[in-house]
Amino acid sequence: MTLSPSPGEALAASGVTIREAGPDDAVSGVAPRWVALPETTGEVAALMRVAAEQSLTVVPVGGGTKLHWGPPPTRCDLLLDTCCLNQILEHVAGDLVVRAQAGVTTEALAAALAGAGQQLALDVPVDGATIGGTLAAGTAGPRRLRYGTARDLLIGITVVLADGTVARSGGKVVKNVAGYDLGKLFTGSQGTLGVIAEATFRLHPLPASRAWITTTVPDLRALPDIAVIAGSQLEPSALEIDRPDLHGPLTLAALVEGVAADERAKAMGELMGEARIGSEPPVWWGRLPGEEFLLELRVPPGAAVPALAAVLRTAEEAGDLPVRVRGSIASSIIQLALPPDTSPPTAEIFVSALRSGLAPHGGRLVVWTAPPEAASRLDRWGHVGAATLMRRVKERFDPEGRMSPGRLVGEAPPAAPRRVRSERS
Amino acid sequence: MTPAMAELSGHFLSILGPSGVITDPVRLRTYECDGLSYHRATPAIVVLPETAEQVAAVVRACDRTGTPFVARGSGTGLSGGALPRTDGVLIVTSRMRRIIEIDVANRRAVVEPGVTNLAITEAARPFGYYYAPDPSSQQICSIGGNVAENSGGAHCLKYGFTVNHVLAIELVTPDGEIVELDAMDPGYDLLGAFIGSEGTLGIATKITVRLSRAPEVVTTLLAAFGNVESGGRAVSAIIGAGIVPAAIEMMDALAIEAAEAAVRCDYPPGAGAVLIVELDGPSAEVAHQFAQVERLCQESGAFELRIADDPAERAAIWKGRKSAFAAVGRISPAYLVQDGVVPRTALPRVLAGIEELAARHGIRVANVFHAGDGNLHPLVLFDDAEEGAGERAELVSSAILDLCISYGGSITGEHGVGVDKSRYMPKMFTPEDLDTMQLVRCAFDPKGLSNPGKIFPTPRLCGEAPGVRKGVHPLVASGEAELF
Repeated sequence: MTLSPSPGEALAASGVTIREAGPDDAVSGVAPRWVALPETTGEVAALMRVAAEQSLTVVPVGGGTKLHWGPPPTRCDLLLDTCCLNQILEHVAGDLVVRAQAGVTTEALAAALAGAGQQLALDVPVDGATIGGTLAAGTAGPRRLRYGTARDLLIGITVVLADGTVARSGGKVVKNVAGYDLGKLFTGSQGTLGVIAEATFRLHPLPASRAWITTTVPDLRALPDIAVIAGSQLEPSALEIDRPDLHGPLTLAALVEGVAADERAKAMGELMGEARIGSEPPVWWGRLPGEEFLLELRVPPGAAVPALAAVLRTAEEAGDLPVRVRGSIASSIIQLALPPDTSPPTAEIFVSALRSGLAPHGGRLVVWTAPPEAASRLDRWGHVGAATLMRRVKERFDPEGRMSPGRLVGEAPPAAPRRVRSERS
Repeated sequence: MTPAMAELSGHFLSILGPSGVITDPVRLRTYECDGLSYHRATPAIVVLPETAEQVAAVVRACDRTGTPFVARGSGTGLSGGALPRTDGVLIVTSRMRRIIEIDVANRRAVVEPGVTNLAITEAARPFGYYYAPDPSSQQICSIGGNVAENSGGAHCLKYGFTVNHVLAIELVTPDGEIVELDAMDPGYDLLGAFIGSEGTLGIATKITVRLSRAPEVVTTLLAAFGNVESGGRAVSAIIGAGIVPAAIEMMDALAIEAAEAAVRCDYPPGAGAVLIVELDGPSAEVAHQFAQVERLCQESGAFELRIADDPAERAAIWKGRKSAFAAVGRISPAYLVQDGVVPRTALPRVLAGIEELAARHGIRVANVFHAGDGNLHPLVLFDDAEEGAGERAELVSSAILDLCISYGGSITGEHGVGVDKSRYMPKMFTPEDLDTMQLVRCAFDPKGLSNPGKIFPTPRLCGEAPGVRKGVHPLVASGEAELF
């Protein structure tokens, strides 16, 4: 009779590179015991089968740039690092399609595609992000106005479920309605449904030229009409706003790209008034306004300016909280950075009051990151109409609750904040 | 009608009143098929709700009694997605036709599911906006049906599909709850997963769509080529030049012949293929790209180019293409429409393969396709009076899908799987893929009542463990459950 192996032995026997976790591997303060470095989808599946047999909780990680987003996992035995899933598997330039492993960074992908004059038209807010992590976190950037977000560009996906099942949906053709679109489901899933192993995207040609048009105005009232600019026949690819100081000036920047971009940039400059035109983006373009205490507000496009007014008013009421504002004003997805030392009660008041302020516009406010003290008091998601359906999906995909437990959107945070620290030095 | 159905229809009468419930066998037959008329089934009851609350009440009654239900919009679908169940309820959305709001400030429209695709564009047009997805049936197809099928259209090459243009949906879940899915919500993109689920995850009762700015300039070009190969070269050259046209459509000689017979579209005589290329956007960009497209067509062997700058000329060019499906009725007593997709670079090889298949089986195939995205609509022509012709046509049609799959393509680009193609799903997906999709189904519809029998071939019951599928399920054999 053989003794059943310990989890460590079973992981080692999977044939996948495994190492003991160190303090640097902690996920929002929750220390894993092992880190796995699979190189193929098959290896991911082998790991997940072991994790299932050994009842291990698993948190997938790509570049780790957004690993601290969302609530901390309630437990993490195995950190599944996709860094070695770093191969571009197929790029058929004539089809404008690329298939790649999840751990490929967006920079590496961009470099590989540029040779063919092509791009994945998806901006990432932090350097070093992988395509898998970008999908799981559902991030996008300025050019969402023209190209949509990750879910609009993803045409096929391969995932590995908690029990090791490898499943694929979509394919490598742009137009395809066969079967359910698992890619949509995994976009924004924060590692709670399974591991994204491979993704296939539709590509766009690199634009012939680009021009950025910027203007700075003293306050919200002085902003040019956003609806007129966004809806203009000049077809801006992006329209962004930056306000580093609560009461300071605002900078509005538009991107036009393609053939005859310079000509359109001039016309755009006239629409925006007193504008500068350049071939490089402003330094803040497409970057987060802060990473330690990051909120994101989403409203219908016509409500962007009223929403910004609500931010200003709420921040003033919270004792002139110095909120930094940046984001896609035409798409009405705006990031807010709060000072990391904001007192937890102030943060709580700000979040709850701003949610009330956005409610008449049908808006949302998500708390992506927060210092631990504040995080334990904040409702991260607000009301999510589909929370029950999301939970039902989660229960089907991961009935034992082993995938990034506690990170599901809409899930109530644990009653008492749980802080687990590595016991090893 | 069974006593159980009689009781259910009595309950529906109390919810919907006499004008909202149909049980008369003659009237029921009106609903026995959708646009794919060779699949027919007369529903036990048809209901015509006017509000989401009525839909929810009907669905709750179905849930309580274990009665399958099928939603139907205008019934224009081409895969039998709205094929009724003889033992079930057909929920028709044709009375839910209100355009609730054209919200120009937020560039969106809020509509009920029975509103036609084109009606949204017509309501938005006075403001300079339109609804981008444009399936050929847009004059009659409903937006609810578009959501179910994730409908595309000729212009989806540049503008995407229904899923790229829907911002929010109110739906009635298969257990009768009213739930909002919104693109602004964090978490799983359930909105995206619901769109294209062919009525198997619930019924959309209110839909918020994005309105797009009408482009500054639209220019359309018709290029005539000696054969499909040279037309295909032009398509590759245009895409290779980094141009994303609003549409690139191709028709082969047989499709042109049919269109000429039906609508006298007056395409250049002697053309073995015609290509329609439409560019839209800012005028400076369109002018520049149009010159490129003209040159690339000529270099690829086009012998005649026609350019349309105004709506009338554009309509003349599109007339032949838009009539193509119906037009083949002029040159063939019967036909099957296929909807396969291949990677664009595989088009020449796949078209040659289709030609070879057609020759081998003595069947004519007319090709009409969205060349830009590799979506083929081969029209397999046959004479249904001729013995065995229907079977040979089926054989060719099925072999075309095999060909598409072998090139890494899809069995359906825009018509959906429905009942028509569910048997091909295992050719495109592994059992694990299909089981995983089934998890989504079970999350939304654990009892399997919402449009059962569509998309998936013989799915397992929710809760059943994966394993080798053999014989009849014990619960089915014992009569305790029905495996849809």
